[in-house]
Amino acid sequence: MTSAPTSPPATADFSLRRRPASEKLLDQGFHYLTLALASFVGLLLLAIVLTVFHGAREAIATFGARFITTSSWDPVNNQYGAFVAIYGTLVTAFLSLLIAVPLGIGTAIFITEDLIPTQLRNLIGLMVELLAAIPSVVLGLWAIFVMEPAIRPALNLLHTLFWWSPFFAGEPQGPGMAPAILILVVMILPIITAISRDALNQVPVELRQGAYGVGTTRWGALMNIILPAAISAITGGIMLALGRAMGETMAVTMIIGNSLNFDLSLLAPGNTIASMLANQFGEADGIQVSALMFAALILMILTLVVNIIAQWIVRRLSLKY
Amino acid sequence: MNYSPITYSNTPLFERRPLTYNPNLFRNRFNQFCTSLAGLFAAMAVLPLFLVLIYVLVQGGKLLSFQLFTQLPPAPGLEGGGIGNAILGTVVVTLVASLISIPIGVGGGIFLSEYSRNGWFASAVRFANDVLSGVPSIISGVFVYGIIVATRAIGGQSYSALAGGIALSVLMLPTVIKTTDEGLKLVPQELRWGAYGVGASKVVTILRITLPAAFTPIATGVVLAIARAAGETAPLIFTALFSPFWPEGVLNPIATMSVLIFNFAIMPYEAQNELAWAASFVLVIMILGANLLARWISKAAQP
Repeated sequence: MTSAPTSPPATADFSLRRRPASEKLLDQGFHYLTLALASFVGLLLLAIVLTVFHGAREAIATFGARFITTSSWDPVNNQYGAFVAIYGTLVTAFLSLLIAVPLGIGTAIFITEDLIPTQLRNLIGLMVELLAAIPSVVLGLWAIFVMEPAIRPALNLLHTLFWWSPFFAGEPQGPGMAPAILILVVMILPIITAISRDALNQVPVELRQGAYGVGTTRWGALMNIILPAAISAITGGIMLALGRAMGETMAVTMIIGNSLNFDLSLLAPGNTIASMLANQFGEADGIQVSALMFAALILMILTLVVNIIAQWIVRRLSLKY
Repeated sequence: MNYSPITYSNTPLFERRPLTYNPNLFRNRFNQFCTSLAGLFAAMAVLPLFLVLIYVLVQGGKLLSFQLFTQLPPAPGLEGGGIGNAILGTVVVTLVASLISIPIGVGGGIFLSEYSRNGWFASAVRFANDVLSGVPSIISGVFVYGIIVATRAIGGQSYSALAGGIALSVLMLPTVIKTTDEGLKLVPQELRWGAYGVGASKVVTILRITLPAAFTPIATGVVLAIARAAGETAPLIFTALFSPFWPEGVLNPIATMSVLIFNFAIMPYEAQNELAWAASFVLVIMILGANLLARWISKAAQP
């Protein structure tokens, strides 16, 4: 029994349509358009680095490494050294991190553990995120008129207790490093809290169950199992916060006092690179612009390095379960 | 074969204790201590939001009136006036920034998610994008100053609203790209296959199927980016500068609320300080409103 193969129908039920050239062109064109738009990000980053470097060339040639180590900022004699600003940037950023890290991780633990009802936890999370949305300049205004007068007695107390220490020398006069550090804490706290919360939420529940199963307590599990599992993401978040703290401009500018003289005391006015830029860029001309660009270049290198390390930590060191 | 029976000694290997919670054990005391410390930290973390909001609402709300929105700020030493030009200026500058960064950002995000999801080029772009989002806002001001303001690249003008908008768009761009990329990744692959199956080309699939399906996360991210840009000051102080007059087109310096707050907060005049609080009030209400709107968009779309 063999049946003849069915012959193809004489007329097709459908017509084969070739894609018109215009449609192919449109497809290709759209591909290249989005490719160009995506490349724009890299070009933009490159352009930022090159523009700042180009602006700074004159100052780099004139001052060289002296710019980083000397602290005279003298527009009359055209002598510029950014040591005060670099020192202020690093000190405010690291000290604010020192306060914000325990606060942020503690808050993140509090809102990821089942200590309080879920709605309340979400509310605290929402409020910390809204704190991040408040503009820096509004926090600066608040710091000038509300926070600084409020913490002055505490700073005075620090001075009377530790007057012998160079870090607390001199009566607090108002604007200074200490209030700037506190306002930086307020600004970077939401970043650390948000990233730590996400990291803690991603730790598999089996790890916690295993820890409870062998009889540990809540904090035993947190300290020995859950925090170590989340530590790489948390560290990445801390690095991002460090980058943000170094580059933060407005609130710090409004409260740090913008002093051009070096002072070891945290109660005295200081300066950061970002606030120096914000204060002087508008009125500067000649080599002062170039010197400010040099300072901007240093700030950019600092933040780029910190951010790249942060990205690397998050990508490479994240534990895979 | 001789098996000895298993015997149990009467002396236990470990001390037998009743399974009851003893609050005086060190580990339980430590637990209580750490829990209350974490609670204290959480309270300290939300405290600044309350304090800032209360002061901004009380101090700024005092000055709330119709003339605040319609009048120009007063000359130093004079009373009254409003911040009408600054409100309009913030809208103009943010609009310019959005018009630049949203098309570029959405296009770049489409490339990352739809054309080159795992290529080396895409991961390089993602890396550059993450680094760009960490560039301090003042650096974007310095960049635009160097490339546009100092060279008078746009219409022979130095400081202009357009330059300010470009500086803000540098800050918005990474957020827009990231949210577009992540939003498009969430669209189920079956939707794209379905579109190809009925004969749609790639462009049509992206523009008519994939992009609308990812509208919610993209819109959420864009609203958040706009809200953040509206409150930025550092990129504007030496690009858009400030102006005590009504906006005179995008090629001239323009007043914005954030720069107004900065300028007026450090002035020694009572009237100016009060206007700074009033501007903070308007700005904070706008930004928190936008944030809650973004949250509502993403909530409303979830079934």
